[in-house]
Amino acid sequence: MNEHMKPPAAPRTLPRESATFDAYTLSEIRRAAATGIYDIRGAGAKRKLPHFDDLLFLGASMSRYPLEGYREKCSTEVVLGTRFAKKPIELKIPITIAGMSFGSLSGPAKEALGRGASAMGTSTTTGDGGMTQEERGHSTKLVYQYLPSRYGMNPDDIRKADAIEVVVGQGAKPGGGGMLLGQKISPRVAKMRTLPEGIDQRSACRHPDWTGPDDLEIKIEELREITDWEKPIYVKVGAARPYYDTALAVKAGADVVVVDGMQGGTAATQEVFIENVGIPTLAAVRQAVKALQDLGMHRKVQLIVSGGIRNGADVAKALALGADAVAIGTAALIALGDNDPQWEGEYEKLGTRAGAYDDWHEGRDPAGITTQDPELMKRLDPVLAGRRLANYLAVMTLEAQTIARACGKSHVHNLEPEDLVALTIEAAAMAQVPLAGTDWIPGQTGRF
Amino acid sequence: MNAGTQSHAVDLSNSTVRELNTALHALKAGSNASLWRVTNPGGLHAIAAGLDAPITVEVDGPVGYYCGGMNKQATVLVKGSAGVGVAENMMSGLVEVEGDASQAAGATAHGGTLIIGGNAAARCGISMKGIDIVVKGSVGHMSAFMAQAGTLTVFGDAGEALGDSIYEARLYVRGSVKSLGADCIEKEMRDEHKAQLFERFKLAGVEGQIDPSEFKRYGSARTLYHFHVDNASAY
Ligand SMILES: Cc1cc2nc3c(=O)[nH]c(=O)nc-3n(C[C@H](O)[C@H](O)[C@H](O)COP(=O)(O)O)c2cc1C
Repeated sequence: MNEHMKPPAAPRTLPRESATFDAYTLSEIRRAAATGIYDIRGAGAKRKLPHFDDLLFLGASMSRYPLEGYREKCSTEVVLGTRFAKKPIELKIPITIAGMSFGSLSGPAKEALGRGASAMGTSTTTGDGGMTQEERGHSTKLVYQYLPSRYGMNPDDIRKADAIEVVVGQGAKPGGGGMLLGQKISPRVAKMRTLPEGIDQRSACRHPDWTGPDDLEIKIEELREITDWEKPIYVKVGAARPYYDTALAVKAGADVVVVDGMQGGTAATQEVFIENVGIPTLAAVRQAVKALQDLGMHRKVQLIVSGGIRNGADVAKALALGADAVAIGTAALIALGDNDPQWEGEYEKLGTRAGAYDDWHEGRDPAGITTQDPELMKRLDPVLAGRRLANYLAVMTLEAQTIARACGKSHVHNLEPEDLVALTIEAAAMAQVPLAGTDWIPGQTGRF
Repeated sequence: MNAGTQSHAVDLSNSTVRELNTALHALKAGSNASLWRVTNPGGLHAIAAGLDAPITVEVDGPVGYYCGGMNKQATVLVKGSAGVGVAENMMSGLVEVEGDASQAAGATAHGGTLIIGGNAAARCGISMKGIDIVVKGSVGHMSAFMAQAGTLTVFGDAGEALGDSIYEARLYVRGSVKSLGADCIEKEMRDEHKAQLFERFKLAGVEGQIDPSEFKRYGSARTLYHFHVDNASAY
């Protein structure tokens, strides 16, 4: 047969990677096979989720007039704990710093959070592991977390606090406890937690001396007795069943309910937990607000929303849906300098990239924030980092005010669901606002 | 009681726990050591919680949840039984219950002494962080769960899963132990432990009446101190 007669090689298809077995999934299977232990990491859910990005403000138009930027006042102050506490907390801005444990964060990082928040007239929150002098000393308003582990819990610090936050759960891990790996159990952290140095430490997932809302009511009564009914008592829940959890927290006597969505950061949790348990922040807000409204407690018991809050638009959207304030964790760490490209070379050495670094539990943070290593810690200048956080909080506040004025509101709390539309059907259903360009709110009949 | 001791009476059938605690919180160290007699507690919650002065509070009857919670310095004597979380998170001082105690007695407490005259229910000494607990009767299941430091001494028996996930606390039990929890093992009773136990007998006022060698000691095998694939079944 003539050479030219040979049938041509059959064309081949391109190599095709599976959408199901994508590169990340394959790498995780290999990692699991090699180590036999689940993946632990920091930060919140990384998958794409319905979020505040899926909402838009309508702004003013024929039927509503806007307020003049810079000239007409748009207030931002918020008072938390007006229900029972003799001394409610007055904040100048509706953005608070969420609880992040000393242990997961360094002392200077805690100090920086205190400095930045205080400069802007807002509060910081302790975390698992107790209250540090760095934080109490630099936070004009400090919320003291009451966690299942009760590490470092003591009545002197309770009396020093401006509010108490009973932590039932976190958005990153509703139903999960905590862990702090040995590398981060420095002598100081160990002493504060009454644990041996260098061990992998687990924090319980349930409170040791109460279970369920009826017990919680009695627990809150005890905390009020111990603090002579002075301090606001918050109850923090991970977003799972926000309607019922909010209602039960109110029933148990909370002054403030904190609802943390699944994007919410963590210092160290199993990846499988972070990505698969809980509901998105967007899905939780309206349900929590509805519970407060049904009980006639909206604005009487304040609602703080957290989990993936990044800018003033997110703040404005959370408030428009009915929250009284928001809390930020991850964004505050980024503002301090976490995951900064200036450390790119070091992130690469750790097998990651600036922006993707989430091994906050390992204590080797190049930015010196999520570490107890004295050398790394020195990299964070608490004064400078505090300034950066204050700047960032100022920008978020200005942004939220800009939007509120555009919607004609003289206080950010006057933002309302009617100012919003959704870009996706999912977001419309979750936030219970109409799909943009329609009057359709999934689950409700048309308005006209 | 010395001659300078002032005595006060509070009847909880006609005053509130809030009034009682307000009065007790007003007492600071160095103020006249005083004796407070509380009658008709009727199972009310948070009686004598958050004290911080070297005073004595005698409660004549049963108390509800969290009696003596977060106590510092004070002596709280309950002539009756106690509800959930008696002396929870105590820092120092003494809480003594003549009768039985419900769940989570002495939970997370960092210091001081808790004496239970009768039995203590489940999770006695859960997450304890330095307190000395003496239970003259028996304790329920999951006692000393995640116990970090301090001692739990039980004259009677212990329920299921004693000392589950225990850290550095020491457990002394005279009677039977239904089962030990994960990572909790029986340990050798050396002279130092007998001496420690004898000190606990003194706290309970029974030194000389009980023989330390009748007790067994339990503590952490420390195999769960570091995550390891081979321990997966225990997590
Ligand atoms: C490093 C770090 C440590 C945290 N530690 C705690 C903690 O001790 N207690 C707690 O309730 N939440 C803790 N959280 C969760 C935050 O309080 C908050 O719910 C979450 O960060 C909010 O979501 P965001 O990170 O998207 O802003 C931690 C979060 C981070 C990032």
